Amino acid sequence: MNYKSWTAIAVLAAAPIAAFADADEDALVVNGEIEMITQAAAPDHLSDVMDEVYSGWRFRSDETQALQMDDFDNPAMIFVDQAMEKWDTAEGTAGKSCADCHGDAEESMAGVRVVYPKWNESAGEVRTLAMQINDCRENQMGAEKWKYTGGSMAAMEALISVQSRGMPVNVATNGPAQSTWEAGKELYYTRTGQLELSCANCHEDNYGNMIRADHLSQGQINGFPVYRLKNTKLNTAHARFKGCVRDTRAETYSPGSPEFIALELYVASRGNGLSVEAPSVRN
Amino acid sequence: MASGVKPRVKVPKTAAAGEVITIKTLISHQMESGQRKDKEGNVIPRSIINRFTCDFNGQNVIDVTLEPAISTNPYFQFEATVPEAGEFVFTWYDDDGSVYDTKKQIAIG
Repeated sequence: MNYKSWTAIAVLAAAPIAAFADADEDALVVNGEIEMITQAAAPDHLSDVMDEVYSGWRFRSDETQALQMDDFDNPAMIFVDQAMEKWDTAEGTAGKSCADCHGDAEESMAGVRVVYPKWNESAGEVRTLAMQINDCRENQMGAEKWKYTGGSMAAMEALISVQSRGMPVNVATNGPAQSTWEAGKELYYTRTGQLELSCANCHEDNYGNMIRADHLSQGQINGFPVYRLKNTKLNTAHARFKGCVRDTRAETYSPGSPEFIALELYVASRGNGLSVEAPSVRN
Repeated sequence: MASGVKPRVKVPKTAAAGEVITIKTLISHQMESGQRKDKEGNVIPRSIINRFTCDFNGQNVIDVTLEPAISTNPYFQFEATVPEAGEFVFTWYDDDGSVYDTKKQIAIG
């Protein structure tokens, strides 16, 4: 066979792969009214490595995408409803509910999710949404802390996040949070496990490609907590980090550990400019 | 009574006379099959929604018998012809005798 026909075969073989590559061109509008930014110019700190950032939604199949386009079809909304009940339920020794201090979640929690994780001045640390929720439970309500990646926590995060849907993620990477952010960046590029993979190996170098049967996204966390079809529940970012690190065949950090808090801040900052989609639906 | 049961229904607010509309319903319910065992090996008693009905102005639209193999949070989507303005009544029957219902008005327009 001559050189030309080999080239022709190569082109044919490449065609079906091209169909998988990269994000698709679909637009995400939830309930026919909330327009989501699923593609944005990469934040400045990423300008050396990529031009644009994409929501994970753009890498999913049409069927999975459709589930997120209507709240009635989005299975995560059941958990939001459950959290709404908890929001109004008094718990702990102080006999207070979330609503006693924060009132209507729709108003008080609007825009909260977009800036988390963020520096907490009085505590002198970077706090995730989950840490803030548990701080409220422990110190304001006198209630027991929730498990960091547990169902109640994920649902409450979803309830708070859904009030910011459509707003672009905007976490601060400088100021007092900078050292944490840099620690997170360090982790993002550190290879772990027997497979010696860093976050970047898949989600920066190979997004759009298939890793066995999975279509790799950029690993953005603008949609977290996310309802995953594989385990039919809400999943928190830290649980997902743990899953990813485990898949590199490493001993993982714990959810809620300083390492994952730093990583969450850094990964969130990679999605600055993308809409908060939480609770999103993924496979 | 099973906890956390909440019916949800999506019906268009208006329809043309004679139009076929799509109705979506979902009830959050654990749908415990009665096949599972707890840590001590005791059978967890069955607790499911066993019947779902939808009526329009007193006329039955759909009547479903649910079996234990149906998974958590049963979702039904079906179509109905709307001849006139009126009210859809959705009813779920729980094994424990509870009955949950929701009503939705629809106008002709």
